[in-house]
Amino acid sequence: MPDGGDAVLDVRGLKTVFRTRGGEVHAVNSVSFHLRRGELLGVVGESGSGKSVTMMSLIGLLPMPPAEVRGGEVWLGGRDILKIPDSDLREVRGAKVGFVFQDPMTSLNPVFQVGFQIMEPLIRHMGMTKAQARVRAAELLELVGISDAQSRLDSYPHQFSGGMRQRVMIAIALACDPDVLIADEPTTALDVTIQAQIIELVKDLRHKLGMAIIWITHDLGVIAGIADRVMVMYGGQVVEHGPVKALFADPQHPYTRALLKTVPSLTGAREARLQVIEGQPPIMTEEPRACPFAPRCAHAFERCDVENPRRRAVDGLPLGQGHDVACHWEARHG
Amino acid sequence: MLTYALRRLLLAIPTLLLISLVIFLLVDLAPGSPMSEIPLTVPPEVRLKMIAAMGADQPVFVRYVLWLRQFFWVEPMHQVDLLFGSHIVEGQQRIISYQTRGPVFTVIGERIPQTLTVIGTAYLVGVLIAVPIGIYSAYRQYSWFDQLGTFIAMLGYSVPTFFTGVLMIVIFAIKLHWFPSIYNTSLKVTDWASLLAQIRQMALPVLVLSLFNAAEISRYTRSSMLENLGQDYVRTARAKGMGEGTVVLKHVLRNSLIPVVTVIALGIPGIFGGAIITENVFKVNGIGAALIGAIHANDLPMVQTLTFIFAVLIVVFNLIADILYGVLDPRIRYD
Ligand SMILES: Nc1ncnc2c1ncn2[C@@H]1O[C@H](COP(=O)(O)OP(=O)(O)OP(=O)(O)O)[C@@H](O)[C@H]1O
Ligand SMILES: [Mg+2]
Repeated sequence: MPDGGDAVLDVRGLKTVFRTRGGEVHAVNSVSFHLRRGELLGVVGESGSGKSVTMMSLIGLLPMPPAEVRGGEVWLGGRDILKIPDSDLREVRGAKVGFVFQDPMTSLNPVFQVGFQIMEPLIRHMGMTKAQARVRAAELLELVGISDAQSRLDSYPHQFSGGMRQRVMIAIALACDPDVLIADEPTTALDVTIQAQIIELVKDLRHKLGMAIIWITHDLGVIAGIADRVMVMYGGQVVEHGPVKALFADPQHPYTRALLKTVPSLTGAREARLQVIEGQPPIMTEEPRACPFAPRCAHAFERCDVENPRRRAVDGLPLGQGHDVACHWEARHG
Repeated sequence: MLTYALRRLLLAIPTLLLISLVIFLLVDLAPGSPMSEIPLTVPPEVRLKMIAAMGADQPVFVRYVLWLRQFFWVEPMHQVDLLFGSHIVEGQQRIISYQTRGPVFTVIGERIPQTLTVIGTAYLVGVLIAVPIGIYSAYRQYSWFDQLGTFIAMLGYSVPTFFTGVLMIVIFAIKLHWFPSIYNTSLKVTDWASLLAQIRQMALPVLVLSLFNAAEISRYTRSSMLENLGQDYVRTARAKGMGEGTVVLKHVLRNSLIPVVTVIALGIPGIFGGAIITENVFKVNGIGAALIGAIHANDLPMVQTLTFIFAVLIVVFNLIADILYGVLDPRIRYD
């Protein structure tokens, strides 16, 4: 792997297309990124920029059809998991990669006890007996900060608050000690105070367990607080990427700059859906040949309409290692 | 859960009382005399005595209370007496059919097995084929299997059983002679040959009715499955690495069955309603045929009792459906 042996996850040129009745939707266009052991990668971008679809396509969670992963490689544990059979991929999901979704109110199965739902992956992937899995499930509940864990195992999801359900989701995702935890807007559906608690919990767990995390969010404030690196997405592609400090101190892409101007205040975090930039994010009906952001960009010039910019390094480091941007316009001179 | 069930049970009692009163009054108000089939040669004073003996000369409310007592106390206790050899209601008046001059429940006891074997089997078969079809149709939505299922279900549901029944009889019994066209009620299954005969004579009515039942239930199962397949918890189950079998047949099905089981339970009293038509078409001498016969003969006690039994079944299965809902759905159970 070119990004060095310490990458637990290496995604290269991922392309995902939806075949709909109205034609194709190119939701993910040549997305490349990697994740080092124990690292937290923040992913930001407007609604519809392809964050969720990227993460779901890399472990086969999208319904196919209509989705189709049309290209790319996803290296995990020495294998390209896009090329392995479904049955093998199921061994990866929940075991090597844990997933936490946005809405804890609907993400748990309402008719099964919480304990059972945590035990399921343990029995499936770790070969535990029911009794062993139950003991481990109680430990996991405790780990995510649910008191009285033993008796809470027999509760049903509706007996838990939203914040507690998200803790349960985190317990499920972490059950098999995964290398990668993907958290897709895990706090968006929660109250501000609960949001803060969940963020604290993940920080703490990351410290204890050392897994790598991909954290999708609209909230740049959160990213600044917890991420090591940031990836900014727009129109299904990565428009800027780099270490948190560098990217926040010296944003290159006009889109990133606009986002940074709209960092929401702590109280209004939920409402602020990054809509300060004029216009709508595009829906790609074909592979983009122009810069997808050009129609909304204040700095766009002729080249932007005829050539989709490639990612280029800003700080001289190899692509993906340092700060890079996909933009024809050079911020330093502008 | 227990208080929930008890509350539903208590609510059922006034409902049933009200229904029984309405049925009693309606049937009673209908024109026709219980004595209409007694030959005119019977002298008038004897005729009056016969009416008095059946209690038919009492005011309507007296007869209602009497009938209630007979229905809810004498008849059940009579069964208890029969079972345990006790003498709780010995010698007390039971509900008497004007037609047979014997207890109504004797007739019902003879007819119910006929209905249950044919119509009950049809319902069971219908459910057993409908649920898997519904599951698979939803899982492979818009596949040729699903399209075919949709088409057949539409046919099965929209074409009435008296039409498909007659059609089947014409094709398979009269033209092809594969099955008998008339159901032989007195056939007793004693050996392989008679079992085969029984299966053959059940085949057509069971086919017609189970198609009708399966049409509705498979549609319910399908739409319930579809609704649940799109839920977030399904994605969670997949994200945990669970196999498709577990995801669909455990996570999704367990949720989808909640409304389906309810519909199945609610449909059971309908078995007896549907029996009225199907039994007529196939000449099955069951409970539906008994009701039609009793109506023609002005047999008020029989009509009242049978109608009320249908009503009781509806209320009871509503109750069962409610309780099943609570059993299957923890969100209701704990309220
Ligand atoms: N099932 C689908 N059929 C067609 N298009 C889809 C489907 N799911 C997603 N898309 C398209 O894919 C694009 C990316 O969606 P995605 O959900 O990844 O956005 P996102 O960045 O996660 O947004 P959000 O912040 O709202 O979660 C959108 O343009 C959307 O229209
Ligand atoms: Mg999303």
